[in-house]
Amino acid sequence: MSDTASSGIGMGTTLAPAWLQRVTPAARFVLQGGPSALAAAARALGIPDADAPGRCSGEGTTLTLIWLGPDERLLIAWLEDAASLGARLEAALAGQAHSLVDVTQRQVGLRLAAAFAADLLNCGCPLDLDPARFPVGSGTRTLFNKTDIVLWRRGVDDFHIEVWRSFEDYLVRWMAEAAQDFAPQR
Amino acid sequence: MSVARLPTGGQVGRDRTLRFSFDGKSYEGLQGDTLASALLANGVHLVGRSFKYHRPRGIMTAGPEEPSALVTVRRDAARSTPNLRATQVELYDGLCAVSQNRWPSLRFDLGRLTELFSPLLPAGFYYKTFMWPRTAWHRLYEPLIRRMAGLGEAPLLPDPDRYAQQHAHCEVLVVGAGPAGLAAALAASRSGARVILCDERPRFGGSLLCDDRSRIDGLAATEWVTAAIAELAQNPRVRLLPRTTAFGYFPHNHLGLSERITDHLAEPPAGLARERLWQVRAQQVVLATGSIEQPLVFPGNDRPGVMLAGAALRYLKEQAVLPGRRVVIVTICDSAYRVAFEMQAAGARVAAIIDLRPDPSPAQPDGWQQRLRQAGIAVETAARVLRTRGRGHVSAVEIGRLDAAGLPTGQRSIDCDLLLVAGGFVPSVHLFSQSRGKLRYDEALQTYLPGDSAESERSAGACRGLLSGLAAALQDGAAAGAAAANASGCAGEEPRFEIIEDSTAATAGRLPRAEAAVSGPKAFVDFQHDVMLKDLDLAMREGFRSIEHIKRYTTTGMATDQGKTSNVNALHHAARGLGKPVPSVGLTTFRMPYTPITFASFAGQARGEIFDPVRRTPMHGWAVRQGAVFEDVGMWKRARFFPRSGEDMHAAVARECRAVREGCGVFDASTLGKIVVAGPGATAFMDRFYVNDWSKLAVGRCKYGVLLRDDGFVYDDGVVARLAEDRFHVTTTTGGAARVLAMMEDYRQTEWTDLDVWLTSTTEQWAVIAVQGPRARELLAPLVDGLDISAAALPHMAVVHGTLRGMPMMLFRVSFTGELGFEVNVPSDQGAAALDAICEAGKALGLTPYGTETMHVLRAEKGFIIIGQDTDGTVTPDDVGLTWAIGKAKPDFVGKRALARPAMHAPDRKQLVGLLTRDPRVVLEEGAQVVDVPGQAPPMKLIGHVTSSYASATLGRSIALAVVAGGRARIGQTLHVPMPGGEIPVEVCAPVFYDPKGARLNV
Repeated sequence: MSDTASSGIGMGTTLAPAWLQRVTPAARFVLQGGPSALAAAARALGIPDADAPGRCSGEGTTLTLIWLGPDERLLIAWLEDAASLGARLEAALAGQAHSLVDVTQRQVGLRLAAAFAADLLNCGCPLDLDPARFPVGSGTRTLFNKTDIVLWRRGVDDFHIEVWRSFEDYLVRWMAEAAQDFAPQR
Repeated sequence: MSVARLPTGGQVGRDRTLRFSFDGKSYEGLQGDTLASALLANGVHLVGRSFKYHRPRGIMTAGPEEPSALVTVRRDAARSTPNLRATQVELYDGLCAVSQNRWPSLRFDLGRLTELFSPLLPAGFYYKTFMWPRTAWHRLYEPLIRRMAGLGEAPLLPDPDRYAQQHAHCEVLVVGAGPAGLAAALAASRSGARVILCDERPRFGGSLLCDDRSRIDGLAATEWVTAAIAELAQNPRVRLLPRTTAFGYFPHNHLGLSERITDHLAEPPAGLARERLWQVRAQQVVLATGSIEQPLVFPGNDRPGVMLAGAALRYLKEQAVLPGRRVVIVTICDSAYRVAFEMQAAGARVAAIIDLRPDPSPAQPDGWQQRLRQAGIAVETAARVLRTRGRGHVSAVEIGRLDAAGLPTGQRSIDCDLLLVAGGFVPSVHLFSQSRGKLRYDEALQTYLPGDSAESERSAGACRGLLSGLAAALQDGAAAGAAAANASGCAGEEPRFEIIEDSTAATAGRLPRAEAAVSGPKAFVDFQHDVMLKDLDLAMREGFRSIEHIKRYTTTGMATDQGKTSNVNALHHAARGLGKPVPSVGLTTFRMPYTPITFASFAGQARGEIFDPVRRTPMHGWAVRQGAVFEDVGMWKRARFFPRSGEDMHAAVARECRAVREGCGVFDASTLGKIVVAGPGATAFMDRFYVNDWSKLAVGRCKYGVLLRDDGFVYDDGVVARLAEDRFHVTTTTGGAARVLAMMEDYRQTEWTDLDVWLTSTTEQWAVIAVQGPRARELLAPLVDGLDISAAALPHMAVVHGTLRGMPMMLFRVSFTGELGFEVNVPSDQGAAALDAICEAGKALGLTPYGTETMHVLRAEKGFIIIGQDTDGTVTPDDVGLTWAIGKAKPDFVGKRALARPAMHAPDRKQLVGLLTRDPRVVLEEGAQVVDVPGQAPPMKLIGHVTSSYASATLGRSIALAVVAGGRARIGQTLHVPMPGGEIPVEVCAPVFYDPKGARLNV
């Protein structure tokens, strides 16, 4: 995917700091349904269901499944494309009440990796990001100031952020502004 | 060396002097000074003029409670902060401060003339005097009063500094780093809990900083503070926040802290935030907010040189400043005695202690009487200060006793240059009260103390009434810290301290607060708002009984200090005057912020480019290259029109309109909201949510949907496509996308849990390119990789999946222009490439980019409404001619029952009609009113208003849509639009101006 296809503001410019980088998976889906549909999908994916608030699954695979609500998951596929994955899931879910929607290009992924990552996120995100409270491997839908994000902790100082594409510029500008208090000599 | 600075002692850096200016005059101070201590060191006591009478005022306190010494600190024209308390301003080299509320100068102030009229300015003066004539308030009284009164001036330039905001969580938040707070933080942190410790002062330690006699664990008090801070600082789970005021206590242990980061620096590093607003969510809170010493009320108690006894002690011990050489101390409690000993030891002459209590000695420690005799300090018991004397500064006090009738006896005068006042310490219960904790009145201390907590919070030390001694405060803090840690799930243990207390720093003793006030001229209760004892008396004579009413009538306690030094005295005086016990007079409310917080701190980073998200479509860059003029629609930037050289908007829009009607135009429609409604219950959900009947909509076909609120009024609209039996692609208005999804989720999750249906926003998954005009099909056909898009294969209101030059595509045959139209949906990343392909193919056909303005004109020609422009939240489907959309056979839908109300069918409801001006060149103003009878004098009978109005290039004349009472029955009538230049006659017509049969659509 090319960054020039986006608005050309934000990540496509020099504004993007080294500690905040675009990361582009192959596909994203919002999967919704009852417990049996979600379990069937997890079986088809070969990973456990992310079945509690803050939970993620798929560690060690090329898939990441994030709990967004009691009947809602965000599926990120790092290698398999949307057409193939979508067909595979629809086949597994045949006959089950569910909704599977391709959102691959609705949002963009940003990797925030810095010693000050949690503090920087807390400039706009009210969650408790202490590693004991939001451990490595957690994921959730939350806010960063005026934009919705999905936050997934890959390491103590390493976060993956999903944000709707037109809010990316706002998010990046905000983080660059706030980072002055953590990395003034960036 | 400055006149009042002692050659040794204090905790100031003496290796370097700091230069500063006050009112243009240069002075020198030391590192560790506040502006107040530095001014006192230079013998400057007169620092401001009072709010109402412009009386000369000095420095009364040493902390945030300061009512009088308010100054403006200026770094440059944009960095000027008014109303700072000089007692909290840290000195730095080059600091520039100016006094306020004086003209032309602090020493000679013309405003002082108001004092001559002070008998004419009683409490309630404003309410009584400036009521008549009413018109004079805005033109005369208010401007005059504002010029005379008021505090400093806000800078007019934009604030160039940065302001940060930060969320933080902890198990234990400790507010206040005096002995109790430090002990609490130590106890809590040793349990492994995350601890945040904040204090408004630059240094932790509180009262320990002016205690050089007590010993804790074998260390001098200040050394113990240093050791405690060192232990806390090396604990990675502890965050220390000096210069940080906890200003607000919000529900669920959510506290606001304001950290001042650079205000104390001579040269703040570029880029560093000036302040940081912390939003802390603490599992447990320990309030160790200490206490505030109160002044006493007697005539002339506001004269410069009158100071709180505890403040003088702090200036002496912390900054080695002796604010006077010949000292009189007036007191109602024991705390004054320690100050007397210390002042005398530092070289001042304590001329007398005036103690209101007839026999203070029983409560005092052994040996005090002997020490007093040795020091030669005379104690006048059962005595009071009757008034002060002095020009600009206190030079003598008149003391005496009051007889049974309240008349003075035995008056005599004592010369002095400093009058210290000890009215007893009052616990700071502000935050506790903000947390909705219940206060209880303590008879012994004659003050309110924290009672039952409403939050997970505990008070420790002086702020809960432990005013007697260091050991009690320290051990109480330790217990509170350990208990807070335990309550948060950590194993806290209460440390024990070995404490040897300063023998003079003792008990409050008996506190005859109720009898303390001495009435007479210029006996001030509220120093910042110039409220005197006689003002309170007047309020009570006029019938005010509740302290809340007395407060508002006299404005006592309503200044920027929120009555930190006045509320207690006012309350006791009111209780005495009304002959009631203090608790039955009531208590005024403690409100946030504890001390003033800058507006910029609350705004934080949300300014300029990141005030709000600015959303741009995937084709934004294309529109920029085409020279688009943008408009804001919600958070989106949308291309409004594409002027070519020399064109104004009118010309550009006329050209764009003609291009769409005659050839083809291209439009970025990506901002339209898109929602996938999917699941076995999707059709039922749509039937219940929208007014339309969806059951008969075939897969691959579209329908115009209308959404009502439950009150029956039109809320949103948009084209809905059925992609599968159990899947709909819903479009919403650009501005309605978020609220429609939220409303859908609300109904899905709370009302219709019987339905297996789910919602997903896909607004940003798709880039949407509208290609509209008679040549649109001719343009697209070669691009869609063999897809049949003929009228037979893809009729109006149909949708098909395909590819466009290999890019996955959903192609809608829809039109908001009235022409043959398509909307190409491609994944957002491919929007720009798809648009490039369409524009390239369109070159030969004269494809013209058009913007939202042209879209508005074209749809108005067809009478298509825009939600929010032609509707205003009070419009039913029938009002705007959409009854046809309602599924009549459906048992229910959102708003159906409301539509059945008789008022929704009244014949005089405002209905959407077209208006044609008699003169076709006249374009009506949107929002203009409509009348039926011409020539009325105001107030006219208004029967409607213009909602949309344009010059139509297609029709060669102006057109307008309007909502008019009983409008459809008026078609053919002439109505009038009154405007400043005269009434404009208009003819009412059906609201479709172009191709009413839709012949151009179905081709």
